Amino acid sequence: MTTLNRRSLMKAVGAAATLSLVGTTAHAADKVKIGFIFLGPIGDYGWTWAHNKGREAIDAALGDKVETIYVENVLEDASAIPVIRDLAQQGCKLIFTTSYGFMDQTLTVAAEFPDVKFEHCTGFKRADNVSTYNSKFHEGRAVLGTIAGKMSKSGTLGYLGSYKVPEVVLGVNAFALAAQKQNPAATVKLVLIDSWFDPPKEAAATETLINLGCDIVTTHTDSPGPLQILEQKGLYGFGQGADMSAFAPTAHLTAIEDIWGPYYVARAQALVDGTWTSADTWDGMKEGTVVIAPYNPAIPADVVALADEIKAGYVAGTYDIFTGPIFDQDGVEKVKAGEVMGLEQLATIDWFVKGVESAS
Amino acid sequence: MRIKLEKRPAPSTFMLIATPIASVLLTMLIGMLVFDAIGIDGQRAVVDIFLTPILASYKWQDVAVKAAPLIIIALGLSIGNRAQIWNIGAEGQYVIGALCAAGVGIAAGPDAPAITLIPMILAGIIGGAAWAAIPALLKIRWDVNENLTTLMLTYVSFQVLGYLVGGPWKDTNGRNFPATAPLPEQLTLPILFQGSTVHLGVAIALILPFIFWLIMSKSVFGFQIRVVGSAPHAARHGGFDAKQTIWAALLIGGGMAGLAGALEFTGSLKAVNLGFPSGYGFTAIIVAFLGRLNPIGCLIAGIVLAITYVGGQVAQTTVHIPNSTAGIFQAMMLFFILASDILIRYRVRFIPTKPAIADKKEARV
Repeated sequence: MTTLNRRSLMKAVGAAATLSLVGTTAHAADKVKIGFIFLGPIGDYGWTWAHNKGREAIDAALGDKVETIYVENVLEDASAIPVIRDLAQQGCKLIFTTSYGFMDQTLTVAAEFPDVKFEHCTGFKRADNVSTYNSKFHEGRAVLGTIAGKMSKSGTLGYLGSYKVPEVVLGVNAFALAAQKQNPAATVKLVLIDSWFDPPKEAAATETLINLGCDIVTTHTDSPGPLQILEQKGLYGFGQGADMSAFAPTAHLTAIEDIWGPYYVARAQALVDGTWTSADTWDGMKEGTVVIAPYNPAIPADVVALADEIKAGYVAGTYDIFTGPIFDQDGVEKVKAGEVMGLEQLATIDWFVKGVESAS
Repeated sequence: MRIKLEKRPAPSTFMLIATPIASVLLTMLIGMLVFDAIGIDGQRAVVDIFLTPILASYKWQDVAVKAAPLIIIALGLSIGNRAQIWNIGAEGQYVIGALCAAGVGIAAGPDAPAITLIPMILAGIIGGAAWAAIPALLKIRWDVNENLTTLMLTYVSFQVLGYLVGGPWKDTNGRNFPATAPLPEQLTLPILFQGSTVHLGVAIALILPFIFWLIMSKSVFGFQIRVVGSAPHAARHGGFDAKQTIWAALLIGGGMAGLAGALEFTGSLKAVNLGFPSGYGFTAIIVAFLGRLNPIGCLIAGIVLAITYVGGQVAQTTVHIPNSTAGIFQAMMLFFILASDILIRYRVRFIPTKPAIADKKEARV
């Protein structure tokens, strides 16, 4: 049994003193500390799980030079500020904040710690010590849409999203456009649940989509909950962020896997080398940030071939789903035939394409 | 041996003060044992949750900022609880208070002068009180149980919040993220210490307990609240109006929660989004009981609970236990404090009994 004696109290005082005087003690200076702010639990087996894999990649590649620490379940409100600040106070020299909703909080703390570098995922506000990085998840959505458009019997597809932020809008649009290339009559029913991770809510929304006639549902929220519902109902879906086939071996057609490791290792290396500068990185399939998980054997060979074609096009840089003509929900032409949407347009998009119907 | 509870002739003052302290210590001890049992360094967890926030000076500002809303809400709740009016919907009153403050701020526009802060905060108080007036009215007119109505209105308030921040009040520069625009600089509460996050709301939270203490101990109103709660029949004979007490208890509880919401919004969060309700209104119930429904007790208990919040964050990075661990500790505290209430009114007596009888009893079971 452990008790609180004077010695342990002294240890605590010592630990506290070390924390407040980071860098002055020998062992604290040995390794560079890198911190991670996670939105969900690592056990979401999706978004946060994938970011944690990236963190582990840093440990594996640079474990002798750096040490990583992380915080899970950080809320996307101002309460994130003390958590981010805490990592800086603990001596982290590079801090990854891995969700859109940490944007302003990251900039607030970054202003207080000019010598600490920050990396904010999926945001658009930068500073001298704040980089942003993102991934072209929508490229993966184009592959999923192709499969869904071809395999859906009802032609009604479901999309379970979080918020109407550009990342989600791009995903919905890429998915719908790709599906409509296979089945021009395909429609996408959309539910937004105002959360990135809320398994009961995700499951309920999936039920709603199924009741509306969707026979394939793709998710833009982080838990495998929806896939488990689809598995029970004998329908199909896709994993988000990571291969979730273990949760729904039959229903899981494939998944968009987020591969953050190479980027994280490169940024950590830059920090160690002293070459880190603020940048905006938006990688995709070409750079290996977005990867399509192994296909379910239930996908027919011709559909696999179509999906692989999109994949190869993105890797080669010859394909873009956001090539006109593209019409919005009201039928207004937003992108002219032959034109390709620019990065700035993509990053600020707030309209859905034709065939997307709000189901909530 | 048999354990017998004997009613004390008068409530024990010693136990009144000793049991909250014992509850905190017992929580630490049990927490340590449980964490050790599941393979986590329990001692480190308890040290990080309860001591690091006190020992590491750079954590003090976080404790102060967390404690402020807890103290303010708990002060209001303790008045209601004294009068046996159970308002468990402070979370909703807190949200509505913040929304009312935000509404005034948005209506005033981004160039509004700093003085606008005063109507914003007043709107928060009025909004919170108005939200609590609904259960008060229902209770007085139709005798509807306020436990249910206050809690249910909390969920209604979340819907109001979702509608406003996702609809009419959504930040036009926020790329569709459901949140209000950040408050303009001049409409945020003044910071007390340059370079820290300690805002004016913290000072208000430090002063209010003494004002409440004066009111409760020196005024007729305070006397009325105490009498209505402890001896309702006597109160009726004494001419105290039960309806008036219900109104006062709920309006003050709601008003304080609304004030806390307005201060948290203008001083700390500076924007309202879906994550705004973070549970202060519920945790404040623990604060009120841990503080023995005494204003000064609420001040101390608010700080203790704030420490567990901040410590919970520390323990996340040091021993890798989820943030919700702090919630377990808070719940344990409430459990012990409620369980130990019995010691105030009763004395525990150990009475030796004849072993034969005990055996027989056991055999029968």
